[in-house]
Formats: sequence, C-alpha cells, structure tokens
Amino acid sequence: MKYPYFPGCTLYTKAKKLDDAGRECSLKLGFELEELPDWTCCGATFPLVNDQHITMSGPTRILADTKDQGNDKLVTLCSVCFNVLKRTNNVMLNDEERRAKITDFIERDYHGEVEVLHYLQLLRDEIGFETLKEKVVKPLTGLKVACYYGCLLLRPVKEIGLDVMENPTIFEDFIRALGGEPVEFPYKVECCGAFQAVHSMDTATRCSRDILRSAKNNGADVVITTCPLCQFNLDDRQPEIQKSDTAFSSIPVVYFTQLLALALDLSADDLGFERNLIDPLPLLKEKGIVA
Amino acid sequence: MKTVISRSQVKGDFVNKVAEISGENFFDCYQCGNCSAGCPSVDEMDLLPSQVVRYLQLGLEEEVKNCKSMWVCAACMMCHARCPKGVDISKIMESLRVLRLREVGAEAHIDVTDFSEEYLARAPQIAMISGYRKFLPL
Repeated sequence: MKYPYFPGCTLYTKAKKLDDAGRECSLKLGFELEELPDWTCCGATFPLVNDQHITMSGPTRILADTKDQGNDKLVTLCSVCFNVLKRTNNVMLNDEERRAKITDFIERDYHGEVEVLHYLQLLRDEIGFETLKEKVVKPLTGLKVACYYGCLLLRPVKEIGLDVMENPTIFEDFIRALGGEPVEFPYKVECCGAFQAVHSMDTATRCSRDILRSAKNNGADVVITTCPLCQFNLDDRQPEIQKSDTAFSSIPVVYFTQLLALALDLSADDLGFERNLIDPLPLLKEKGIVA
Repeated sequence: MKTVISRSQVKGDFVNKVAEISGENFFDCYQCGNCSAGCPSVDEMDLLPSQVVRYLQLGLEEEVKNCKSMWVCAACMMCHARCPKGVDISKIMESLRVLRLREVGAEAHIDVTDFSEEYLARAPQIAMISGYRKFLPL
C-alpha cells in the first residue's frame, strides 16, 4: 500500500531523523510513503485573519497536486505541516468565497478532495495499533514515556479532529503498542512557546521548563514529540533552564518515529541521535533498548 | 488612570476592523478569565488575554494597539479551546499584530542578526518561517 507523503522543509534538513525513521518504519509495517513530486514549503503558518489569502496559495497548490496525481489522501509527519494543510483543506471544503479567490489566483481547480492524515492517524486508523503491536520486535519495556502533543497536532479540535482536546490518548496508545509505559502529565497539551523561540526567548524557555518539569515530576524517562519546533524548544532550552533552576536535571526529547524505529529493530546508529542536545543513548542503553 | 469610554470608540473603525478580520464577536465574552488562566505567555504580557477582549469591548483603541501581549502570543489556541463561548483570541491577537504590521513604516519585530550562528544552525526552518510571518512588516 502506498500513501502520498509530504515531508516539508524541516524534515528534509534539520529534522531529517523524524523523516528517515518514519519512512523506514513504514516499510517494516507494510506500507510505503511515496513522496509528492515537486512539493514546496507549506508556509509553516495558517493565517488567523480572514483577509489574508496569499499564505494559503502554497498549501492549496500542494493539495491540488496531490489530487491531480490521482490521490485522495496525503500523509505528513510534521505537526506544523499537518495543521497548515488540514486547515487549508477545510477552507477549500467549506468556504466558497475564499476558495474561489485562492484557486483563481493559482489557476487550479480544487475543492478540498484530499484527506490530510497525520502519520499517527495512519497508524491508528489504517494500520491499527493491534497490528503495530504484533510487528514490534524489541518492545520498549520499562521505558517511561511522556507523550507530548503540543498545540498544532490537536487544535483547533473541531477542525483537526485527531483526538479530544484536554486528554487525548492516541500518543499513549501508540506507546503502549510499542511496549513502553506512557506517563500521565498535566502539561501534555500545553504550548512549548512555538515561534516565540525567535522573538521572546523567555516565553519559550519558561513554557519548555514547565512542560519538562511536569513530565519529570510524573516519572518520565524521555519525552516524545511529532513536531520539529517542539523538539527544538524542549531540547535546546534545557541548558538555559538549568541556569535559573539548578535542581533541574535534563531529560532527552526524541521524535516518536525514533522510538518506533527502535521497537521495530532498526539500528540506533541510523536514527540521528547525535543531533540531540540531550543525548538519549545513555538512557536507552540503561533500559536495554539499545545495545 | 482616567478611562474615557465613548460611543464613537465602542463603535469605532479600529474595533470594527479587528472584529471583521478576526471574525470574532468580542461581546460574546463575559470575562470568565479561562483564557488568561490557561495562556502560556501571560508572564510576558502587559494585558491579559481577557483584558485585551475587555478593552476591545470598551473601544480602548490606543491601549490595545500598543499592548505587548499581541507580540508574545504563541498562537497556541489554548484560549480558544477553553473558552466557554468559543471566542478565538489567537485570531484577535493575530488581527492586532497584522494591523500594526500593515501600517506604513511598520517596524520589524525580529532581527535575524540578534541570533548567534550556532542558534540559527540548530533552529528549525519552521521557527524562522513562522517567525518572519508573524513579526515582519506586511
């Protein structure tokens, strides 16, 4: 089974490990991510004002290309791409006036025919977590995982529809299927500070600190995420957090596809852990997940 | 501080424009404060999210136009998710930002030279792209 796949700009470079592991794992799970030809950046922000249409031209073109190549689905791994493409598609489906403006401008015929899917959704709804569980070769036994959702994978709930808002479970169910132990922590749907990382660093540091403290206080060994910006904020802010809170001890922050790859017995050498500021390998070795 | 509330301000162009481009009705808000309680950026804000809405209800254009809060909003949409009346304050904050950024001679609110090369080498593209879209003149 092949699924059309949109990697997005960051997954081609700084978050390559999120992409590589996702593609490799799909082959082990019996499906293939087929990269969309000639894709462009999704724009990384969905316009939150009603009179700004130009930023939707990029994602609309991506969706129209997907449709024109005979597909009715498009898979993404990055939470930001997922949010932008999904919300743009909702506009194409439901807002006649804005759809006409954008499709006239890019000279394409598109009415929201493509269903935008996140990789996690694909695993849950099309492959099934039970099937995933059966394919696990090296279960993540004894690994306590804080499943961090952040904002864009979930909100706005009515438009995204991946899971419920305050206590989603898709990520925890995924970790259970891999044999790991999800920990409940109250900050799992809070914001990491997002793009404030390039404007108000204090916001990004404080938000990341609260999330990581909450995860650690609830017994987590590691935090997982689907978003390159969350991974960056949560990982890179830790030295700064330690400056103001000497009692804070670091915790690795990895992509969900990296743990999936380990559970499917892919080599840790190929998973790009060297890019992490807080090295997850000592923990993974201690838990016997990596030799 | 003396606060003057006038009919012309409450029904003024600025408030109407914010309502128009955000698509939100400020008068739905009854000031429960759920948005401010759940907002991750309040420590850096001068007006709480609920206060921004209150000021818009009262037509206090200058106070809202010059608030810091719109610039530190991370557009995480938690305020919207928890609002019992469904007001999407992230849309209101974005409207305030874009109205400032569309002004003639608007200033950039980020400068790439403020960041070290090491930081830029690690920061993901999505941080830079969304940052440029949120903080540079339009």
